[in-house]
Amino acid sequence: MTSATATAEAPVGRTYRPYSQPWWRRVLLTREFAIIGLLVLVFAWASANVANFNSPLTVYFLGLDNAEIMLIALPMALVIITGEIDLSVASVVGLSSVMVGLLHQDAGLSIPLAGLIAILVGVVAGALNGFLVAYVGLPSLAVTIGTLALYRGLAVGLLGTTAKTDFPDKWTTLAQEHIGTSRYPVIVIPILVLLVVFVWVLHFSSFGRGVYEIGLNDEAAHFSGVNVARTKFVLFILTAAVSAFAGIYITLRTGNARGDNATGDELKVIAAVLLGGVSIFGGRGALHGVVAGVLLIGVIQSAMRLENQTVNVINIVIGALLVLSVMSTSVLAWISRLSARRAGLGNLRRRQAVASSSRTTER
Amino acid sequence: MPEPATADVVLELQDVAKSFGSVIALRAGSITVSRGSIHALVGENGAGKSTLVKIVAGVHRRDAGTFRFLGEDVDFHSTAASKAAGIAVIYQEPTLFPDLSVTENIFMGRQPVGRGHRIDRAAMYAEASALFERLGVRIDPRRPARGLSIADQQIIEIAKAISLDASLLIMDEPTAALSGLEVERLFAVARSLRDEGRGLVFISHRFDEVFELCDTVTVMRDGDYISTDPIADTTVDEIVARMVGREVAELFPKSPAPIGDPVLEVTGLSSAGVFHDVDLTVRAGEIVGLAGLVGAGRSEIARAIFGVDGYDSGTVRMLGREVPRRNVRAAIRAGMALVPEDRRKQGLVVESSVARNIASVIRRGLSKAGVLTTGAENRASSPWAGRLEVKTAALDMPATTMSGGNQQKVVIAKWLATQPRLLIIDEPTRGIDVGTKAEVHRLLSDLAGQGVAILMISSELPEVLGMADRVLVVCEGEITADIDRAEATPEKVMHAATRAARPNDIEPTTTMEVSA
Repeated sequence: MTSATATAEAPVGRTYRPYSQPWWRRVLLTREFAIIGLLVLVFAWASANVANFNSPLTVYFLGLDNAEIMLIALPMALVIITGEIDLSVASVVGLSSVMVGLLHQDAGLSIPLAGLIAILVGVVAGALNGFLVAYVGLPSLAVTIGTLALYRGLAVGLLGTTAKTDFPDKWTTLAQEHIGTSRYPVIVIPILVLLVVFVWVLHFSSFGRGVYEIGLNDEAAHFSGVNVARTKFVLFILTAAVSAFAGIYITLRTGNARGDNATGDELKVIAAVLLGGVSIFGGRGALHGVVAGVLLIGVIQSAMRLENQTVNVINIVIGALLVLSVMSTSVLAWISRLSARRAGLGNLRRRQAVASSSRTTER
Repeated sequence: MPEPATADVVLELQDVAKSFGSVIALRAGSITVSRGSIHALVGENGAGKSTLVKIVAGVHRRDAGTFRFLGEDVDFHSTAASKAAGIAVIYQEPTLFPDLSVTENIFMGRQPVGRGHRIDRAAMYAEASALFERLGVRIDPRRPARGLSIADQQIIEIAKAISLDASLLIMDEPTAALSGLEVERLFAVARSLRDEGRGLVFISHRFDEVFELCDTVTVMRDGDYISTDPIADTTVDEIVARMVGREVAELFPKSPAPIGDPVLEVTGLSSAGVFHDVDLTVRAGEIVGLAGLVGAGRSEIARAIFGVDGYDSGTVRMLGREVPRRNVRAAIRAGMALVPEDRRKQGLVVESSVARNIASVIRRGLSKAGVLTTGAENRASSPWAGRLEVKTAALDMPATTMSGGNQQKVVIAKWLATQPRLLIIDEPTRGIDVGTKAEVHRLLSDLAGQGVAILMISSELPEVLGMADRVLVVCEGEITADIDRAEATPEKVMHAATRAARPNDIEPTTTMEVSA
């Protein structure tokens, strides 16, 4: 081993190389960068080959249509990295949408106040998820399947099958406006703000290191003073609060407060997060991959829609992509195991050869 | 010992060796078990008994040595092969399928098949009843295994062994969790099996039981065979002396350190069913050894002090100030550090990098303007890795690939980086090579010299005796002895740890607390 020779020379108080590989290998040869590369390829191919893809409207609608997925994917990534999952997000979106509609139109509250209360309702919904998972110790899959139905039931129950549609133009146009004269919709601003916040929380804070440690080994995290329960509790609250914000956005953008808004979106969010390289077993993943995952799904969708493909075909392509991307990790692991075994066999043979030669010398 | 005729020998191991990487678990293990004999195998924790048993059971394969079973050279690749040959091992905590019936457990994998390839339940129940009758126990063969006492579960394992017509039964500390009456019943069964001409190996730390039940005793130490004697020709003191007797001084470079004021004061610490009324004080510069058998409750006491687990009553004080219960961060702030028992599960996030692991406790103080970078973690962890001479190619290497000793250094570095006033260290040298062992011991001695209070849990007697200024012995959740370095002898510690004079019929107090 090379390290053994290094130790022999190094005096007490040796120093260490910080990284075993040059920076470009560490950064580029990752799953996150594979997804980013794929995104760039698909975007370039669609720009060249799909009619009308190249127009400014594509980017505008890409932002507008995927905003809620992008928003919720950020905290969802953190939840999944701790090894948990939150399936109730889309129901919280619906609940928040209904709250905004009722509070604005029936109670006569202003949109910001109604929105604030809707976010608080989201916080309560997240606190219930978080309490049951982190402090009671129930599995998050079961808990959030339950609250998925519970929150959706509340949302539909509050408003029935009707919709609240009368919202002030000031707010509904804001939700669709461009930033200045650019091709980006206004919703990109809160997305960028939240992205900066979540990148800081996950990648540049002690809390974020704890998130990874919980996903890899929660017992060791507990032994080093990471408050495992509180971390999970906070993440479930954050996820539901961001989902509630996404609910306000959807309500204003569509001008439509309905109990069944965003039904099924929880799976789209999770699919994007997993496509972005976050491990469903926890402990692995990064937000630049998640952003690329959301955008990749969005770009494929809009390109195929422009090609007049049906939703079913689009779903088949995205589903296949997700399965392939999850498989790629296993296939890579299998290949490296195979090569390791080959190397191991070589070692064994060498050892046997050495053993037999030493035996002969003994004689 | 008279040389038995070959036909009477069930099991014969000669100079069997086994190592795991650089760690030698068994140097030269030897044991000869005759038909119709109950053979005691004794030794300290880590003497190699379990490894020896696992080789016989087919869990591990030996590296060298002879292994004869019923007069034939054998080499088991799997536990199934060993079972098929007629070897049964009964562990301290049997592993039954809780939802299956007692009978199904006995016949798992070899159910009698009747007409039409259907399982012949009637035959199964009849045979199970016959087995229990032969063993003289009353267990309903149709009841599920869930809810059976450990004693009954062991009986079922024994029934399974008999139904397989095993010629060798190995019992690894079967009485550790049994009450006096249950022990008597187990012994009665063991004697009847002996009278049927089977060979039995009985591993126990309780010498009163060894002397009551067995006819021959083999002592092991440090992976080596030491001696075999008929029970009638030996005494407890002789056996204990053989178990521990070894040069202690060189491995344990303990230098005397001035002992200062109390750092940790624990009073009346109790946790129902785990430990009770624990009082202990550790002073600055003092190494206090916490000795006792595995499962005596030492690690649990350490975890409660450090706030990993809660406790029911009592107080923990650091430097005179009370530390809140079940709060690891508060314990760390108060100046405590805990190097836990299981370094891969509790000490490290093995898939994380060396730097992240070392910086994992101090990282809160490393952020600048609220931003924590990998660079800051690397800069902070590098000197600590260097101080402990951690062997790694780079700081971003995951800890998974490292040897046990190196991993232990990373755990120690992580806690030294917090500059603790009290270091609790649980099994500091378990499973690490001799060279690193000595390094760890030197480090502990240096730390004590710098005024750090050290509470060291160890199952290795020589380590406790060689390093500790004071030895506290824990037995069944209670501190049963407080022995000064000058007076600490292996015999005293072993006696306190096993309560060798303890009558069997006294229930341990811990079980009474559960119902309270």
